[in-house]
Amino acid sequence: MKQDIILAGVGGQGIISIAYVIASAALEEGLELKQAEVHGMSQRGGAVQSHLRISRERIWSDLIPRGEADLVLSVEPLEALRYIDYLRPDGMIISSRVPFINIRDYPDLETLLSKIREIPRHLIIDSEKLAKEAGSSRTQNMVLLGAAAGRLMVKEEGLPRYIKVLFERHGETIVASNLKAFALGQAVAAAADFVPASGGRTGRGGG
Amino acid sequence: MKPEILLGDEAVALGAIHAGLSAGYSYPGTPASEIMEYLIKAAAKTKAFVASWSVNEKVAFEEALGVSFAGKRALVSMKHVGLNVAADPFMSSALTGANGGLVVVPADDPGMHSSQNEQDSRFYADFAKIVCFEPSNHQEAYEMTRQAFDVSEKLGLPVMIRLVTRLSHSRSSVRPREPRGQNELKYGASQDWTLLPVNARRRFKGILDGQAAMVRLSEESEFNSLRLTDKDRSLGVIASGIAFNYVQENLPDLEIPPSLLKVCTYPIPEKLIRGLVEHVETVLVVEEGYPLIERSLRGFFGVAGKTIKGKLSGDLPQTGELSPETVRLALGLKPLERLDLGGFKLAARPPQLCAGCPHADTFHALNKALREYDKANVFSDIGCYTLGYYPPYQVVQTCVCMGASVSMAKGGAEVGIHPSIAVIGDSTFGHSGLTPLLEAAAADTNMTVFILDNSTVAMTGGQPSYATGERLLRMIEGVGVAKEHIRVIEPLPKNLDKNALVIKEEIDHHGLSVIVAVRECLEEAKKKRRSG
Repeated sequence: MKQDIILAGVGGQGIISIAYVIASAALEEGLELKQAEVHGMSQRGGAVQSHLRISRERIWSDLIPRGEADLVLSVEPLEALRYIDYLRPDGMIISSRVPFINIRDYPDLETLLSKIREIPRHLIIDSEKLAKEAGSSRTQNMVLLGAAAGRLMVKEEGLPRYIKVLFERHGETIVASNLKAFALGQAVAAAADFVPASGGRTGRGGG
Repeated sequence: MKPEILLGDEAVALGAIHAGLSAGYSYPGTPASEIMEYLIKAAAKTKAFVASWSVNEKVAFEEALGVSFAGKRALVSMKHVGLNVAADPFMSSALTGANGGLVVVPADDPGMHSSQNEQDSRFYADFAKIVCFEPSNHQEAYEMTRQAFDVSEKLGLPVMIRLVTRLSHSRSSVRPREPRGQNELKYGASQDWTLLPVNARRRFKGILDGQAAMVRLSEESEFNSLRLTDKDRSLGVIASGIAFNYVQENLPDLEIPPSLLKVCTYPIPEKLIRGLVEHVETVLVVEEGYPLIERSLRGFFGVAGKTIKGKLSGDLPQTGELSPETVRLALGLKPLERLDLGGFKLAARPPQLCAGCPHADTFHALNKALREYDKANVFSDIGCYTLGYYPPYQVVQTCVCMGASVSMAKGGAEVGIHPSIAVIGDSTFGHSGLTPLLEAAAADTNMTVFILDNSTVAMTGGQPSYATGERLLRMIEGVGVAKEHIRVIEPLPKNLDKNALVIKEEIDHHGLSVIVAVRECLEEAKKKRRSG
């Protein structure tokens, strides 16, 4: 059984934090993991992505093969679409609907969202609204993590612990708002009309 | 010991510490920076060894060489192009040899994620005739680093560990082993370390005489392995470093897994290669970077009766990084079914300067001043400010290598470019900008040098800069730039007109001027505020 996840966003949106939480929980469960991430130039406001692979068996490639990803989890709608070709035909996409506009030719948002809706298994979330409700618009990444939590191979209840570890040096208020953001994401995903997950799979599905 | 999640870079750093490291040196550069970041954090805790950023890679290498001379173990790391800067001591270090273990770790950037080229450091190891390890995963990165110190001390030569971005910046778990202590102080022998021709000739002969033993070491290396199958002898695969993973990833989809040779230790293990080539009809060579093994195997005339496939044959792309997909096709498999956007074009999102970045204000002022000149050229350098190439600035016309802005502006000015302008950051100036400025000051070249002092190495994550603040100003004055033509500006939106005026005055000065734009990097200021 394995799970391949593409995390997407713009440099500075905290996708490495999402990866950290999932990866730490996976390690605790004794799972194998590989997580390729982007450092350096692209982090400066450019498109960033992380390949997160979790498995009970040995993982070879650090990169997810195109057509193998089970999930694209994106903090930004344009960036969500950038990695569609990594998704299996029955793969799922969970994206924020909140655009990060720092380029002149940013596409029409409704067009982007309709493209996301074309993917059979999709969930679009207003991460900004929920993050503000949690106390800080900087917690949008944790809203997205919460929204994906029920669909991950790692145990959902194992995640909050590492959200605490991640933010504890910034003080209790920040830990609390991130935990709340995570819970709000969980709640909205649980209530969403969403094609159910097909469950884990063994090796290559042949899809 | 318990497994830890580490970046490939960190696995190398931990391996070095556990091998009894006495000192590590580096200059920041993606994807190598996290090796030194890890060493510095660990050294701060234990105080057991030295770990520090150097002013450039050549200096870092020479510092490491001094440690090795003293009989202690040293690690020097850098991004691939940093090894060009350190190539002089690197090549000669093969002749001085290593007294204490000396391990050099260049991190290559195939695909040029954050670099100006994608050169393959294995060629440097081959050039210097030293052993090179190329880890395929994190545990190997850790184990190889430990072993590299042993091999270095056994052979009395520096050893290379070649990393690539996808391993450097990928995390996975590593199970460390018990650490060992450091070496005692023991000076090198002067007849080995003084490379006068009489000594160097003898030392070079020694390296040549040792090549056969190195090939044997590689053939017996636990990191090289040959798996032959008789079920299908049509295809055999040679895969090196992380390319091995891409082959493994696709093997379950092949009906009969082909004979496979994994190469992660160099020099090229001749016997193992021969074993595979003799066994099969077609050999596919899969390596990340330039086709080193493939070229050696193919030579000018190929191998009689065999087909060699790889990058040179066009079966794999010669540019960019490999991927599970490209290797899949080379193995003769169909692409996996996947979703697509049906031709919908996505807008690209290139990196850009942060909102409120001081460089942006410098560029706005420079653009304003340059409106009055139609033949200006702005030579830029390596750093965040290279992003001044993109709109809305579109102000810089070149970016080549560390320090090139100053030298190129001088060359350009000497054949008629005016205004000839260099734009370089404080740390890049300390790295390689000071020497050309010394020359420009001596010649009083008619050019204007901008030093953007944001007091940090910003692009790579905010490492400390040596050439910043008061010291920077004294350095500029010290090389002989006229004091009245060293101007300090504060790049802020409110100072736009004032700064443009200063720039214009200095462009119109016939001779060398240096304008220092001083304002702290926003990201660094934020970090400081957060950590109180």
